Amino acid sequence: MTSVAEKPPRQDVPPEPVRPTLRQRLSRWDVRFSPYLYIAPFFVVFGLTGLFPLLYTGYVSLFDWEIGDDDPKFIGLENFVTLLGDAQFWNAVVNTISIFVLSSGPQLVIAILLAALLSLRLRFPASWRVGILLPYSASLVALGIIFANLFGPRYGLVNAMLEAVGLDRVEWQANRFASHLAIATMVNWRWTGYNALIVLAAMQALPRDVYEAAVVDGAGAVRRFFSITLPMLKPTLIFVVVTSTIGGLQIFTEPKLFDAMPGSNNGGSQHQFQTLTLYLYQSAFEGFDLGYASAIAWLLFLLIVLIALVNFLITRRVAATTGLKR
Amino acid sequence: MRHLHKGVSFAIGLAVLGASLAACGGGSSGTSGDGRIELSIGTFTEFGYEDLITEYERLHPNIKITHHKTGEGGPYHQNLITKLAAGNGLEDVVAVEEGHFSDIIDKSSKFNDLTEIGPKDVTADRWLNWKYEAGKDKDGRLIGYGTDIGPLALCYRKDLLQAAGLPSDPEGVKSLFATWESYFAAGDQYVARTGGKAWFDASSQLYNSMVNQLETGYLDRNDNLTIETNPGIKAAWDRITGAIQRGQSAKLIAFGNEWKTGFQQGSFATTVCPSWMLGVVEENAGPGNAGKWAVTDAFPNGGGNWGGSYLTVPKQSQHPKEAAELAAWLTAPEQQLKAFQARGNFPSQTQALTSPQLLQQTEPYFGDTKVGQLYSEQAKKVTRAQYKGPGDGQIQENVTSPALQAVEQGTPPDQAWQQVVDEAKKIVQ
Repeated sequence: MTSVAEKPPRQDVPPEPVRPTLRQRLSRWDVRFSPYLYIAPFFVVFGLTGLFPLLYTGYVSLFDWEIGDDDPKFIGLENFVTLLGDAQFWNAVVNTISIFVLSSGPQLVIAILLAALLSLRLRFPASWRVGILLPYSASLVALGIIFANLFGPRYGLVNAMLEAVGLDRVEWQANRFASHLAIATMVNWRWTGYNALIVLAAMQALPRDVYEAAVVDGAGAVRRFFSITLPMLKPTLIFVVVTSTIGGLQIFTEPKLFDAMPGSNNGGSQHQFQTLTLYLYQSAFEGFDLGYASAIAWLLFLLIVLIALVNFLITRRVAATTGLKR
Repeated sequence: MRHLHKGVSFAIGLAVLGASLAACGGGSSGTSGDGRIELSIGTFTEFGYEDLITEYERLHPNIKITHHKTGEGGPYHQNLITKLAAGNGLEDVVAVEEGHFSDIIDKSSKFNDLTEIGPKDVTADRWLNWKYEAGKDKDGRLIGYGTDIGPLALCYRKDLLQAAGLPSDPEGVKSLFATWESYFAAGDQYVARTGGKAWFDASSQLYNSMVNQLETGYLDRNDNLTIETNPGIKAAWDRITGAIQRGQSAKLIAFGNEWKTGFQQGSFATTVCPSWMLGVVEENAGPGNAGKWAVTDAFPNGGGNWGGSYLTVPKQSQHPKEAAELAAWLTAPEQQLKAFQARGNFPSQTQALTSPQLLQQTEPYFGDTKVGQLYSEQAKKVTRAQYKGPGDGQIQENVTSPALQAVEQGTPPDQAWQQVVDEAKKIVQ
């Protein structure tokens, strides 16, 4: 059938596209791009105040850059090399992690237990909930000053009480571990209630029917807590762990105010409780060494990412295994 | 038509943005709408300049002054360094405290030489010689006009010295406070007779005073670290750590919380007293201890100075000449006396030091001692200002003071000295 073959090819060609009018194009762009425009302000602000400083800090860290230097010298990775061989830096890393572990660990456990308690039927539930949040609403600086007073080695209340019950007084600032404990207490005092409320909110959103089924199956309160509550809280716990990692590793005000020397960034007479942020601040604004401080900032950033990642994995694993328990 | 409209509005938006940015850049200083020259001055804590500035504006109708006051010295000076680095944002007249002056001298190229731009009738003989000399950079350019000073004396608890059987009247204690040797010997007696009570409050206060009296400080004039080669520094270290080990120190940290408690509880008998410290002692010890504290015009090994400020004119200033005139006027003896009366800032000007107003000044809390005359005498005992290289203040704040605290916490002095040497080297590389 040649006639078929001879069909003019014209009909197989799709109709020539009609150029859309400008208005049509605008409305198509509107659908495609407007959502991005709506969320753009956040990213613009984040870019200006978050991303740009982050990248610029990385750039500065490659220079021997003193505050007020007219022409900083490019030295490549030398700041990082010096930093990795700097005993004071590693001391600060250990202090930071130690204070972080001493605060975040107990904080999480207590927060979850508090939340479990608060989710029971209590009289005046609102006042209990407000009560545990009160420390969070107090000014951090005021808390710092009060706690520094309480832990004062000579005239502090804590030592007076220790002596009253016949124990030895503790050198809260001279002893490295004791100083970490005191600072962690400060952090826990402030943040436990806040985390407890977040966990509580998540707890109350858990579906009741699962619990009812468990009760029917004869599971006790403890079993219900470990086998239902904890696994189902997983997303919330991950959130709490990641935020407390970020906050805990950047701890600054508490150790700064804890120092007996007013305004000091030394973190104790032998840097017993100098954290990374304190060392960073000291390098930048007392030593005027912006390059070095930027290098510290970047390593701190990497450390936070690393630990947040580890915590994330651990939390997922822990929550998952408790869920699998039969 | 519609999209043309959009284009137009976009162009207008850009134009507005550009104009406002331009306004930001140019509007910070200069002349005000009514043609007056606008000057700004930055100070921290209390300089007592409020009334003086109004007076200056009255005397100079063509000048309008903005006064920026910061409550605390620490953040003020950090801000200063940052704005100095940024190249703009600083006031026309900028006050700098003595302890931070070495950092400023390090960047003296960013400041005007006041002998060049300042009024010609302002000469060196206005100030105590050492104060004037300390306002210069290494090339001899005058960076700051001296405002106030802090001559050193010793404060002591009359009742505690008496109870320990030591002389306690102002003349009697002078022999105790004649030299560092006699001072620490008296300390040993005091400790022995009181059954182990502390002689002084904070070791760094004394140690810093001793180091300040040396010919050369932590850095020599070439900005080399002298800490290992300067025998005076190690001698002062051995002397103070020896006293700590013999129980003379109350082991308090100056200006810390427990230090204040120590004042109230009378846990030490003597303390270093620059002129501005009298008010601090009164505030800390409280009315309950009124009349117990005394001050005498004696300081071990002569005199010394602690504190005081300078007025500088950074090169950023749009009106350096007018700014220098203002700074010169504010630091003239007459004005500095008024500031002294307003806020107790002890003047550094020779004429002011002989003024009857100053010499008549008494202090009721210290048994109506003629403190004006006393500190005036102490100021004359200072012969020269030690050269402070860059990093000097940092060594004092972040190296020697913490190391002394470590000794008080039980670290052996030799080990703490090694800490001093290592960390000082890290600061001065």
